[in-house]
Amino acid sequence: MMKKNILQGFYCVLFLGCFWIPVCHGVTYINISNPLLKKSPIAVPDFKALSGSAEEVKDGKTAVQILTEALNFTGYLKTMDPVAFLTSPAKSGIQLSEINFRDWTGIGAELLITGGVLVESPGNVKFELRLMDTFNSKLLVGKVYTGTESQIRKMMLMFCSEISFVLTGKYGVFNTELAFVSTVDGNKEIFTCDFDGQNIKQITSHKTISLSPSWSSDGKWLAYVSYAKGKPDIYIKNLQENRGAIVNFKGMNISPDWMPGQLKLAGALSFSGDQEIYLLTINGEVIKRITDSLGIDVSPKFSPDGLKIAFTSKRAGTPQIFIQDIDSGSVKRLTFSGLNNTSPAWSPDGRKIAYVGIEKNQIDIFVMSIDSGVPVQLTADSGDNEDPAWSPDGSMLAFTSTREGGVPRIFVMNASGTDQRRLLNMSGKQTQPDWSISDSTREGM
Amino acid sequence: MKRKIWFNVLMAVLVAGLFFTVSCAKKAVVSDAGTVKQAATTTDDAAAKAAADAARAAAEKAEKEKAAKIAAARKQFENEDVHFDYDSSELTAAAKTLLKAKAAWLTENVSAAVTVEGHCDERGTTEYNLALGERRSTAVKAYLVDMGIAAARMNTISFGEEKPLDTGKTELAYTMNRRAHFAVK
Repeated sequence: MMKKNILQGFYCVLFLGCFWIPVCHGVTYINISNPLLKKSPIAVPDFKALSGSAEEVKDGKTAVQILTEALNFTGYLKTMDPVAFLTSPAKSGIQLSEINFRDWTGIGAELLITGGVLVESPGNVKFELRLMDTFNSKLLVGKVYTGTESQIRKMMLMFCSEISFVLTGKYGVFNTELAFVSTVDGNKEIFTCDFDGQNIKQITSHKTISLSPSWSSDGKWLAYVSYAKGKPDIYIKNLQENRGAIVNFKGMNISPDWMPGQLKLAGALSFSGDQEIYLLTINGEVIKRITDSLGIDVSPKFSPDGLKIAFTSKRAGTPQIFIQDIDSGSVKRLTFSGLNNTSPAWSPDGRKIAYVGIEKNQIDIFVMSIDSGVPVQLTADSGDNEDPAWSPDGSMLAFTSTREGGVPRIFVMNASGTDQRRLLNMSGKQTQPDWSISDSTREGM
Repeated sequence: MKRKIWFNVLMAVLVAGLFFTVSCAKKAVVSDAGTVKQAATTTDDAAAKAAADAARAAAEKAEKEKAAKIAAARKQFENEDVHFDYDSSELTAAAKTLLKAKAAWLTENVSAAVTVEGHCDERGTTEYNLALGERRSTAVKAYLVDMGIAAARMNTISFGEEKPLDTGKTELAYTMNRRAHFAVK
């Protein structure tokens, strides 16, 4: 993948001598699953042009802008208005010993990022970046990145992943992508974009209805549904190489979901005459039938350990969410309140299920702890809200909403329901986001 | 078919000829015979031609009407959708009445093959509605098979909520969209 090339392209991640080792066994600065989380103020002052060139100043400004936007995307950091800053590390120095922390604690900054830029040869730039805890006058993480000017965004997002890891114990969303559906000339096609809605790419050109994209956990495959051969079938597509498979049994073949850590997937197929959920190989062959119940069984979603699936079933008379143990086949009903609960999404920590509930024609997103069974409503009075998808660190949910002018668009919110905002700026109608597993956690950085 | 038309035309010509012969005889009383005869001959030819034209037109009209009737029946067959209750694929009494008419049409048009499309209103999620739409189309097909229509003449497909007839958010729009639609192949 492109990411790997860039990784190789960097002479990156040299620790800047004598630095403190960030992670203290399980201790995190910020607990991202706390719904009452207050955002920590973080200062990102101008970077220091290390040789003083105009190109360095320009690259520094670009980098600060990218960092600021990316950090604000998280649900737990808030960058401060530079007007408040009392000093400028770009002039006084970017190293720990050169910082007067009172200048920062005095204005309420809990965290400070300093950066230095050095243009080593035309077009090639080196960044020296530090995250500091102002109240404890401590360096939390320091990194050096080298790359071309076109890779500044990639470098800044890598540093954001480090910041996330040191603060939350997780690499976060910065190195992740979303797949989604968008209309193009009236047809529905599959697209991908970065975590923040940038780098939009069209993946399919079937010129018909394509739906339900799902990432494999290695990020190399997408499965989706398309009417390309006249009826709904599951397409399994390798994103780098021109290969894949089509699951086109008699009847419909829909709602693919990849098993975590494995190249197998679940889907709802109706070749038996009844809709049931099956486990499939990457070539689209049936490994086994998972559900066995007359009536609608759709939308399987694996638990993060791959041992269970949550799915929508009408076996109780109304659409409700059930959880089934794949090996033993034992089933338990999860949702009991409301007459229409569908579209489950399993949180990455395995503890919660987000889903869509319909009451009085209001379509909204709910989240439920599997243990407690108590539903918590996350959206309200804001159009139809569907298709919840967890970010790989569990800090956010992407979803579809018609709140802006009745047109479906992709939105994101923090896992607690706060900070609901539109993710994508593109024409057409967007639906069905699916968030990739983080590259960072995958490759261990 | 063609033979019948020509027979009709021939009959019409004969009948018309007879009619005109009679009326000419009357005219002969008040006019000079030679002229009258001349005139009569001309009238005879013209009348016969007019009658033939009229008969052809009548036959064409009848044909057209018949074709229109067939087309209308087909149109009705395709345009009248079977409707469903919210979140249901069960056939209502009205749905069964309509399906009896569909069965009659399919019996009359033995060579016709159809696709039964299942559709849903926009409430409910994309995937659930694909499943629900499939159940609607298969419920319709099963009922028609019970009524003696060969299963091989019908295939089913679900479009879920992908092809609404009415994009409004009213109960009427929802009702219109919850449907099984017949498309003749």
